[in-house]
Amino acid sequence: MSVLVKVTPQEYEEMNKKIQPKPKLIRNCAMAFVVGGGICLVAQILINVFLYLGIALKEAQILGTTSMIFLGSLLTGLGLYDSIVSLGGAGGILPVTGFANAMVSPAMDSKKDGYILGVGAKMFSVAGPVIICGTIVAFVMGLGCLIFR
Amino acid sequence: MSGSLWLNLVPAFVVGGLLCVCAQLLMDLTKPKFTPAHVLIVFASLGTVTGALGWYEPLVKFAGAGATVPLTGFGYVMGKGAVQGAESGILGVLAGGIEGAAIGITAAILFSFICAVSFKPKG
Repeated sequence: MSVLVKVTPQEYEEMNKKIQPKPKLIRNCAMAFVVGGGICLVAQILINVFLYLGIALKEAQILGTTSMIFLGSLLTGLGLYDSIVSLGGAGGILPVTGFANAMVSPAMDSKKDGYILGVGAKMFSVAGPVIICGTIVAFVMGLGCLIFR
Repeated sequence: MSGSLWLNLVPAFVVGGLLCVCAQLLMDLTKPKFTPAHVLIVFASLGTVTGALGWYEPLVKFAGAGATVPLTGFGYVMGKGAVQGAESGILGVLAGGIEGAAIGITAAILFSFICAVSFKPKG
């Protein structure tokens, strides 16, 4: 006696979808953890070097972030950062290196539109909304602090 | 001393990695998929709010670059700047956010411009 389950191709597709995403999600998260953590690790090594050179913690941290922005721009310019993003997903996007990548990449691609409407405008296609959002939220929080304190 | 100097690499890796996992989950589990721009905005805003409330500071102390390098760290300096500016009144509030992030923004614009001008796009 055999048990046959009748499934239409459509149902089969749905069942497949239910099973498939999970291992991919775990794999994506693992890669994001390793790549994102790795980028932060590199930044921390740089900060430690600055600390070792006798720079104060605050300045060392700012210098570390600035160096990572530089590295992110440079790797994007060399065409290497795309493979970091495709490897690590959010691990490549969330650190400031990803922020730098989001500035350089569209700016570089639209160089043909000139330096004002191409490079100048497209540089802020992602960075602009982030800075706007941060500025507004910061203003609201500061205002709240001013009123309630 | 030199031993404890390198011990901070572990929390930097773990906390930075975990923040990126949160971002990855946000991208994978949202129905109309979150673009990188959405993710960056959400994390910058979260960092600004928690930075202003003083909740992000302990994470920076604990994880160092693991907290300052993800974009929440960018929001953190803005939120912190605005709240610190509030001590000197409304003008301080207006200036504080951008002032906190000024070094990062200027560096990003400078390096991005140089790189965008001097490199050719691939493909």
